[in-house]
Amino acid sequence: MSDELTALRDELEGAVLAAGSLEALEDVRVRALGRRGAVTELMKSLGKAAPEERRERGQALNRLKQAVADAIDARKEALAQSELERRLAEERIDITLPVRPAPEGSLHPISQTIDEITQIFGEMGFRWAEGPDIEDDWYNFTALNMPPEHPARQEMDTFYLVGEAGSRPVLRTHTSPVQIRTMLDKPPPLRVIVPGRTYRSDHDATHSPMFHQVEGLAIGRSIHMGHLKGCLIAFCRAFFGVADLPVRFRPSHFPFTEPSAEVDIGCTREGGQLRIGAGGDWLEILGSGMVHPKVIANGGLDPEEWQGFAFGMGIERIAMLKYGIPDLRTMYDSDLRWLRHYGFRPLDIPGLIAEAAE
Amino acid sequence: MKFTFSWLKDHLDTEATLDEVCEALTMLGLEVDGVEDRARDLAAFVAARVLSAEPHPQADRLRVCRVDTGAEEAQVVCGAPNARTGMMGVFAPSGSWIPGTGLTLKKTAIRGVESNGMLLSERELGVSDEHEGIVELPADTPLGAPYARVAGLDDPVIEIGLTPNRGDCAGIRGIARDLAARGLGALKGVPGWGESVPGAFESPVAVRLELGDRPEACPLFAGRYIRGVSNGPSPKWVQDRLRAVGLRPISALVDITNYFTLDMGRPLHVFDADRLEGDVVVRMGRDGEEIDALDGRRYAADAGMTLICDEAKGNAFGGIMGGEATGCTEDTVNVFLESALFDPLRTAATGRRLGVQSDARYRFERGVDPTSAVAGMEAATRMILDFCGGEASLPVVAGGEPDWRRRYRFRPERVESLGGVAVPAARSVEILRTLGFEVGDGDEGGELSVAPPPWRPDILGEADLVEEVLRVHGFEHIPVADFPAPTVLPAPALTRQAARASKLRRALAAAGMAEAVTFSFMPADRAALFGGGEAALRLDNPISNDLDCMRPSILPNLIDAARRNADGGRTAGALFEVGPVFRPGAAAIEPDGQLQAASGVRWGETARHWSERARPVDALDAKADALAALKALAAPVDKLRASADAPAWFHPGRSGALRLGAVALAWFGELHPRVLQALGASGPMAAFEAFPDAVPAPRAKAGGKLRPALARSALQPVERDFAFLVAEEVDADSVLRAVRNADKALVADAAVFDVYRGQGVEPGRKSLAVAVTLQPQDATLTDADLEAASARIVAAVGKATGAVLRS
Repeated sequence: MSDELTALRDELEGAVLAAGSLEALEDVRVRALGRRGAVTELMKSLGKAAPEERRERGQALNRLKQAVADAIDARKEALAQSELERRLAEERIDITLPVRPAPEGSLHPISQTIDEITQIFGEMGFRWAEGPDIEDDWYNFTALNMPPEHPARQEMDTFYLVGEAGSRPVLRTHTSPVQIRTMLDKPPPLRVIVPGRTYRSDHDATHSPMFHQVEGLAIGRSIHMGHLKGCLIAFCRAFFGVADLPVRFRPSHFPFTEPSAEVDIGCTREGGQLRIGAGGDWLEILGSGMVHPKVIANGGLDPEEWQGFAFGMGIERIAMLKYGIPDLRTMYDSDLRWLRHYGFRPLDIPGLIAEAAE
Repeated sequence: MKFTFSWLKDHLDTEATLDEVCEALTMLGLEVDGVEDRARDLAAFVAARVLSAEPHPQADRLRVCRVDTGAEEAQVVCGAPNARTGMMGVFAPSGSWIPGTGLTLKKTAIRGVESNGMLLSERELGVSDEHEGIVELPADTPLGAPYARVAGLDDPVIEIGLTPNRGDCAGIRGIARDLAARGLGALKGVPGWGESVPGAFESPVAVRLELGDRPEACPLFAGRYIRGVSNGPSPKWVQDRLRAVGLRPISALVDITNYFTLDMGRPLHVFDADRLEGDVVVRMGRDGEEIDALDGRRYAADAGMTLICDEAKGNAFGGIMGGEATGCTEDTVNVFLESALFDPLRTAATGRRLGVQSDARYRFERGVDPTSAVAGMEAATRMILDFCGGEASLPVVAGGEPDWRRRYRFRPERVESLGGVAVPAARSVEILRTLGFEVGDGDEGGELSVAPPPWRPDILGEADLVEEVLRVHGFEHIPVADFPAPTVLPAPALTRQAARASKLRRALAAAGMAEAVTFSFMPADRAALFGGGEAALRLDNPISNDLDCMRPSILPNLIDAARRNADGGRTAGALFEVGPVFRPGAAAIEPDGQLQAASGVRWGETARHWSERARPVDALDAKADALAALKALAAPVDKLRASADAPAWFHPGRSGALRLGAVALAWFGELHPRVLQALGASGPMAAFEAFPDAVPAPRAKAGGKLRPALARSALQPVERDFAFLVAEEVDADSVLRAVRNADKALVADAAVFDVYRGQGVEPGRKSLAVAVTLQPQDATLTDADLEAASARIVAAVGKATGAVLRS
């Protein structure tokens, strides 16, 4: 390369490096490689060169052109990078700002508890059954071995709807009438649970005129009290999530079961704090028993052929125990602070398999 | 039912500890509600002699005592006026907990003199309110003797909760019998029970049962006339026992009746015979009749109540409570003893009506051993003669013992097939016999014939006999049997309604609402505002007027809850509930007389935020919630029509219904200001009500859960925007439908993206900007195709709504 071309190359490369912006670089490009650029002009003048010089000069000019073009590309890339850096340095937001509002609601602990109960008994083959809140006296009492003069009827603090004496509809005092409806409706063997609203005329710190129960009924040919124990022990341990939870069955009396058993779970009250689990103390949580032969018969089945167990428990009570909810009445207050605190997220769908193992 | 441990031992020969007895009671079905063991509570306090009591050098009223417990000597500063040298007191060492003050004693200095312990008053011991001075024990009390024993307070008191079927255990005798069957000891005999007391004369008072067609009200009345008694206090041991279980000793005669009530479960009554006019008559009450009862209160009788009367008046409520006028006093000389039987159901009903819970009612409503009427009369006569002297008449017996004898088949193998535990037949028989059942010889099949004892009216069949064996054998010995699902994998558990409700709840919670659970009833006037309140759905016996009607809608409860929240400063929020509503005409007792509803309320303004302006909640928020609910119910939401005809509790111009054909699946809108006012609430408040039962079940498809094949065009969709000028009353839905119907094959979607009123749009009209997505099916759209499609759309919308394109 001639000194002239070398000088030109150095000059142009210097200009490229000196270009501080894409615009300045473009000026350099136009000045060197544009239609009237220095290199272009030299290329055009190639024809005038002597034939013996032309080949060599042509190659030299091409090298020059390539070198300048490469320098421009490299500079362009460098300038683009620094331009991006500069922009990025300016583009800053306050990432501590709150996000756009997307309020999330909550599920009531009663609903969540019913779903939890359903999951556990569902695993044991129990299916839902339902019945009306406004019940017939026969289903609510008589068919459950509580004939009209039975004292337990009064003890249940029944709500009646307006009607003629003797035929007034009742607000069901328990979910047990669905035992009868199920037996009359479906052929045995049967395994059903009945979560639902129940009503008793009692309103104080520990009683609400409306509350929720879940009834259970298992009817077969050879279901006995050992199965009742197995079923309810499994439930209590799964529900409270305490694998070694002590569960005690204690004789009791209900008109619609014979034998009857109250079920207690172990707890401690050390330091004034109730804790479910192995401890010195017991907590009554549900009533159960073998379905009374008269109840089986009132369900249209032969008690010599069919037998089974039934149980009933208060949903609010076990929810309060599991989640440490101190006051029954707050369940129905609809106080947003309470609902958010004790409620559940919509995707907290309970399931024995879906839970993470400890 | 309360009793003391030593009283139990009158009937039960046992070495068992208190804890063992309590555990056994609970596992027999006689749940221990509480144990009061004063010996344990007072264990730290012992008899001690005051060796010296010197004046305190710094305080006139205090004394410095040296105290000897036999085991140690201590110095105590004492302020009691009766503290003096040589006396026997009750000493509490440092570190002991004082029941009366609730404090733990510490070694301390009182006005510069060390005090290490305390001499206690009765109040400090927690045994009475007496605080005049410290307790003085008899001079011969052994040093160091536990105070509880010295004071006769060391007999533990056990309280059990009796189930309504166990009348027999309303007497200590029955409790002992159960414990004996469980193997905690041997049942002792009851001295004198069943023996007759000879009578010296014919009773001047006779008894007549005048019960007409209700002989069961009082089938048997046994009595005695005892003359010349002296009714002083009863012996100390009787008084101690009564006091220990919470009864106040009154006089020997009255204490004797209470004693047998507790001991044998045999209620008795004593009349002052000189205050009776003529014979004793048992008859039903008369309307308007009143009796002044022994509790000092006056009660009205009625024709359903059994009264014990004389020739002149009603004197006592049979099986419930005696009367003041004929009761025994210290002056009673001649007494007439009553030992009768009363109908359990009538006793329970009478007691409830009178509002009286008495020891007699507690037993008669559970059922009293019919054979105890005569036996109790004899035994009580003996005790009256022993305690009060006097002379007994010949017995007076009216009516007779009702037939209580019955037999039931008992197959011993039923214990295992029903109870799940193998109990040898011989053990079952032994249990039943110890409980007083008579067990006959078995037939060839091993089937036994069992007769319950007279004190067990609750035993009514084989299942009851199995229960007796099981509870005595012990529920804890029933082996736990697995109860897995009958199939390897369980079947789906939910009903369709339950599955829908569960999805609904989670969808609405995901939409930002908090789930509430509110009562199924509400005030009738409130129900009336929401289409309810009719008579058939009123409660006959509401707990209060606020809760006297079944709810026709959940909304009033939610509005009320929103108001309460807003009043509490939670000025914006959203609540929903999924639950039953009860509609007029649906009072029939059928499951379908009750609807399920999903309802929600939003109130206040949307959140204030740096990126978005707050705005009041409105009908379209409620519409979004209604649609979220319907989507969760798998309703065909793209086929729904919004119609402006929501019920009257909504704002007439800002509400609507979502209909599938003619059926409304949901209502939404702002609430009517008059309704809000009636509920004391204020807006803005928007609500929806959706009705899951109205949503049709998805049609069963031939392919089951198979989805149709996905058709994905390879051709680019084209989006075109249109601005339609329409009259104000033209709704957006009409425009969008016209767009879609203009070319059903080509128009894939149409959406309103702007509504404009103002400059450039004449008053009374609005501009609806619609984005239309065209999806070519066979070939890319040419400019001519696009022009033609646009023209069809504009024409269709123009024809349907009178719209013109905004230029």
